[in-house]
Amino acid sequence: MDFQFSEREEMLRKAVREFAENEIPPKMEAMEETGDFPTELLKPMAEVGITGIITPTEYGGVGLGYLARTIVLEELGRVCGAMPMALQVHHMGCAVINDFGTDAQKEKYLVPLAKGETMGCVAVTDPTGGSDVVGMKSSAELKGDKYILSGRKCFITNSHTSNYWVVIAKTAEGAKGLSAFIVDKDAPGAKLGRKENKFGLRGANTGELAFDNCEIPKENLLGQEGGGLAVAIKTISETGRTGMAATALGILTAAYEEAGKFANERVLYGKPISALQAIQFYMAEIYTQLEICRLLCYRASWLKDQGMRCDNEGALAKYYTCEAAVNAAKKAIEIHGSYGIMKEYAVQRLLRDAVVTVPSGGTAEIAKVVLARAALAPFKK
Amino acid sequence: MNRIIVCMKPVPDPQHWNKVSMDHETQTLKREGIPTIINPLDKHALEAALSIRDAHGGEVLLLSMAPPFVTPTLREGLAMGADRAILLSDPVFAGSDTLATAHILAAGCRWIGEFDLVLCGNMTIDGSTAQVGSQLAELLDLPSVMHVIDLHRKEDHLLRITQKIEHGYVRLEAELPLVISVRKELNKPRYTPFTGILAAESKEINMLSNEELHIDTGLIGLEGSPTKMAGLELRRFKREKERVEGSPEEIVQVLVDKIHRYGII
Repeated sequence: MDFQFSEREEMLRKAVREFAENEIPPKMEAMEETGDFPTELLKPMAEVGITGIITPTEYGGVGLGYLARTIVLEELGRVCGAMPMALQVHHMGCAVINDFGTDAQKEKYLVPLAKGETMGCVAVTDPTGGSDVVGMKSSAELKGDKYILSGRKCFITNSHTSNYWVVIAKTAEGAKGLSAFIVDKDAPGAKLGRKENKFGLRGANTGELAFDNCEIPKENLLGQEGGGLAVAIKTISETGRTGMAATALGILTAAYEEAGKFANERVLYGKPISALQAIQFYMAEIYTQLEICRLLCYRASWLKDQGMRCDNEGALAKYYTCEAAVNAAKKAIEIHGSYGIMKEYAVQRLLRDAVVTVPSGGTAEIAKVVLARAALAPFKK
Repeated sequence: MNRIIVCMKPVPDPQHWNKVSMDHETQTLKREGIPTIINPLDKHALEAALSIRDAHGGEVLLLSMAPPFVTPTLREGLAMGADRAILLSDPVFAGSDTLATAHILAAGCRWIGEFDLVLCGNMTIDGSTAQVGSQLAELLDLPSVMHVIDLHRKEDHLLRITQKIEHGYVRLEAELPLVISVRKELNKPRYTPFTGILAAESKEINMLSNEELHIDTGLIGLEGSPTKMAGLELRRFKREKERVEGSPEEIVQVLVDKIHRYGII
């Protein structure tokens, strides 16, 4: 086993860190205030290669794969959790078109995503769906050369910052009755719904999409009719979970760094509080969690790069890292004492952001369902 | 313009300055094991070179005098977009002061052969002497312009330059070749693109020792350095408390004595 990053990966981390530390902080106050994603950063991010990190070079990306993507998301999240949240869903939008799209669809939709001209968006959750994907009500019917889509999608990341969405809807009953479509935001009958007002990851846009007899050209079917569940599950379990895990890993890293800095600066009883064993134990716990989560996140994305299955490892990384980020942020606040609940200090934002990662991209319980299946598989008779 | 040389110094990463220690024997800083970064102003010099090359074609060469362990830092310069790098590295270079360093860099420039422009950062964050650019120009018998904050190609062999001086600016035109040292106001260095990181993996880093450069050893290293370090010590700051009692006149006198003794005024 080789636990060393290559020189390429180290340089990549350094390059993203420099970008993130310089470009994101000036945007963060407005992001917190308005809940809007700073779309003006898309182009600079595309120039660096962040938007097209997993997109193949023939479609305008840099094709560096999932471990590189995890490093990128982690470094963005170390500065501001909302950035990797939005970007990881953007990458889901890229992956779903790359995995299931025709050459024409890739040419038309993948290239602008890699170039940062718009953001990727995958809309699976219905008000009646969510964890119960098949329970969705949004439906589409082929009439002539168009699909007619009706229904609503909620809690959709990048809903308002994307020019086209990948939407999953029912074309028949049952698990084999779901289909995926690329829907242009200007399609007749497509409407933007409300923007959500989240308490964390505020700078990542989340909103509703509404479809009222929305007309979708037949050629915008993504994959096979009836293959929508596979499209949703592959995209969520491989790209979505590894991405959410990396987002949480960035927040966890930030919590660790904020806690460590404060513990060394804050003087009580004539010495920094890092000399107190109670604080040292908190730091040891945060540090342990961080090291565990790094391994989980890197392994899941490495497996994906090797073309191996990573659904269990993705679920494990996502479930564990999101919970660990919440715990680390809480401990970081405790180390800060009353300072920790003041808006001037980053740790309160880290806790709000970390909590939002838990239900995003698949709840912890759904991840545990996946993990329980894996845990019990060897004993099945 | 066909060839631009950018002098680039790998310097200890300021985030790790607390790990830098001193070698009392050579009176120099021990840099081994401390992660290095590209000297920040050299990035501005590199950006200027890359912009000229991107607009008018040509080649950008990185030139550095440093120990071999800094190659990942040179690779970063290549990832930003430089075409190739030349690392001047030899134990006999160790301990070189600014003049000796300029001799070595000048030999590197001569080894390269033809070039149109040499760009340097105005100074480094570790030495902060701001001398090497001008010394290099002198040794190459070329004009030198320091404190450059604006730079445009007017004609093929003519640059329009804005130089910052103490109470204003000087606008001048200069013919190539010459040596220019830049300030951070000149530009905003580009971020390293991921495609550049991939491309840098196959770019060449030439390592040259004094066997190739043939510099008189009396001019380089500790021996060739006219700057002799008189002493190097860690400055320690500590708070001391002292209670002074007596009449107001006596207390003031004690204070005045102390102010003189510690050289505060």
